[in-house]
Amino acid sequence: MGGVFSERSGVFNIGLEGMMLFGALAAVMGSHYLGGPWMGLLGAMLVGGAIGLLLAYVSVGLGANQIVSGVGINLLALGMTTFVARMVLRPAGVEQVPAFQIVAVPYLARVPLLGPVVFTQTPLVFITLLLAPALALFLFTTPWGLAVRATGELPRAADTAGIHVSLVRYFGVIASGVLAGMGGAFLSLGQLNLFSENMTAGRGFIALAAVIFGKWHPLGALGASFLFGAAEALQLFIQTYNLGIPYQLPTMLPYVLALVVLGGFVGRSVAPAAAGVHYGREDR
Amino acid sequence: MNGRALAGRLLPVWAVLVALLLGMVPVGLAGVNPAAAYEEILRGALADVYGFATTLVKTTPLLFAGLGIAVALRAGLVNIGAEGQIYMGGLAAAVVGLSVHGLPSVVHVPLALLAAGAAGGVWALVPALLKVGRGVSEVITTLLMNYVAIYLVSFLAGGPLMEPGAPYPYSRPLDAAAQLPVIIPATDAHAGILLALALAGFLHLIFGYTAVGFRVRMAGANPAAAAYAGVRVHATLVAAMVASGALAGLGGASEVMGLKHRLFDAFSPGYGYDAIIVAFLGAGQPLAVVATAFFFGALRSGADTMQRSLGVPVAIVFAIQGLTVLFLAASLALQGRLLRWARGWPQVAATLPAAVATGVTDPERR
Repeated sequence: MGGVFSERSGVFNIGLEGMMLFGALAAVMGSHYLGGPWMGLLGAMLVGGAIGLLLAYVSVGLGANQIVSGVGINLLALGMTTFVARMVLRPAGVEQVPAFQIVAVPYLARVPLLGPVVFTQTPLVFITLLLAPALALFLFTTPWGLAVRATGELPRAADTAGIHVSLVRYFGVIASGVLAGMGGAFLSLGQLNLFSENMTAGRGFIALAAVIFGKWHPLGALGASFLFGAAEALQLFIQTYNLGIPYQLPTMLPYVLALVVLGGFVGRSVAPAAAGVHYGREDR
Repeated sequence: MNGRALAGRLLPVWAVLVALLLGMVPVGLAGVNPAAAYEEILRGALADVYGFATTLVKTTPLLFAGLGIAVALRAGLVNIGAEGQIYMGGLAAAVVGLSVHGLPSVVHVPLALLAAGAAGGVWALVPALLKVGRGVSEVITTLLMNYVAIYLVSFLAGGPLMEPGAPYPYSRPLDAAAQLPVIIPATDAHAGILLALALAGFLHLIFGYTAVGFRVRMAGANPAAAAYAGVRVHATLVAAMVASGALAGLGGASEVMGLKHRLFDAFSPGYGYDAIIVAFLGAGQPLAVVATAFFFGALRSGADTMQRSLGVPVAIVFAIQGLTVLFLAASLALQGRLLRWARGWPQVAATLPAAVATGVTDPERR
């Protein structure tokens, strides 16, 4: 969803991976030093947002190449988080930290079949499930959402209409950093209770694919993320039970599907026209 | 060139220096003398024969893939798919090296390289066709293709091609005739680097002195004008992309044939992504790409020495590289502005092709 936000405003955020990694570390540190997983989540959001600000300054403010700066963020994240984990967390003996507990939503959890699966999760899962429609409402029904989309499609027109293009893009990238930070927190505090080096393992890039597959719509991205998640679960299942099917097959499938969708062979998926393009007022 | 313009040109140098200085902070906080750490990196990367050999080994895939991305860049295309093309190239080279026997080395090696180039090229052909045929951004498609390639290699290295009884997913060793020779005795440095350097020189000549190179640049910089001048824009873009993928594919082949001698699952630790940086920082110029690839290769190799002797994690070098990239990208963007300001002449001052400076061709500018 972070990706949707940033790309809708016209910034191709390849740094999602690094933002998630920073978020995962910040969550663990926040949970350990500030007391509890909620502070960890807050820390992850703040750090994610700060990295978003950095990326926004370099790519939007200075107009540097968005892809190169994104790759730079990823390298920086991999280096800094590993370094901090080894030099700060390990010597301090910080390993397992308080993580989110699984909670059951009252009443709903007792729904047969669906209840124990969908409504018995960590709070972060519920937050994510609620955030997607909220973001969709924001993007498609509010004037601010319109500003974001206009900036991503045709910045010159948006500029003419009095929208501050750079400001909107700053906002888009920072928001995507906050969301990616939450994604990282989910990895370190939702699924586990610790930070491990490079624990995102390419999930930021998968999120980019989910953005495409979800046709740049928050709910689409949610659905696509679910599909990618299901593929990952299926892979684990196949590996565990040794079914004789190559486990790489289900993992590969979503990417092939995304390519097919992009090619316009099954339902057209069109990127925001100006995603990845720097906008400078003085350029002609 | 007046003072302002000179200051503008030197910005990238400053960017690297500032990044290196900033990198000292965490090293210092970890209780290690930063100067000693950098000395170790320098010593480890260049001072002895083993370090230098390791530097060459780490430079080779970056150089191949960086050259590939640079070619695409010249045509105004951003190829994020070098990683996947590396995997496909390595796979093709491994298949040729595993299945063909009895050939002399002078035939076997070129055959495997050819297969690798073709595999990498095909992997780039799909995004290229989607780009010119359907208008789908190559940034997205090349990224997706990476995963298909990585999982395909993972499947084959852990399945049909796996050595029976191996503890990890890897294949049997390649036929000895398909392995690249070692160029520095008793080290890992292999002939891949020579091939990469030769290709860099070749590309330098193509882009600097031939009509082919000029057509590619035109098609990238201004498709409308290029078409008007009689350049077959679509065909040129597809060809540039395929050449880009083929070069990255050769990078994968050189890893498999020169270094690992087997097809390993996940054999590239993200060389294709690092190569994006190498190509961009080299501004798409083949000889500059040689320099940036070597710089990155040396940092990686020196970092290993630093970790061994001082206990500073290698990871800090990733952080320094990330900072370097951010500073350099920012400084290149600033440089464009500064030069324009210095000369007061907006069009001419753009030292880089527009597509290099801002990343993606602006649909509005056509």
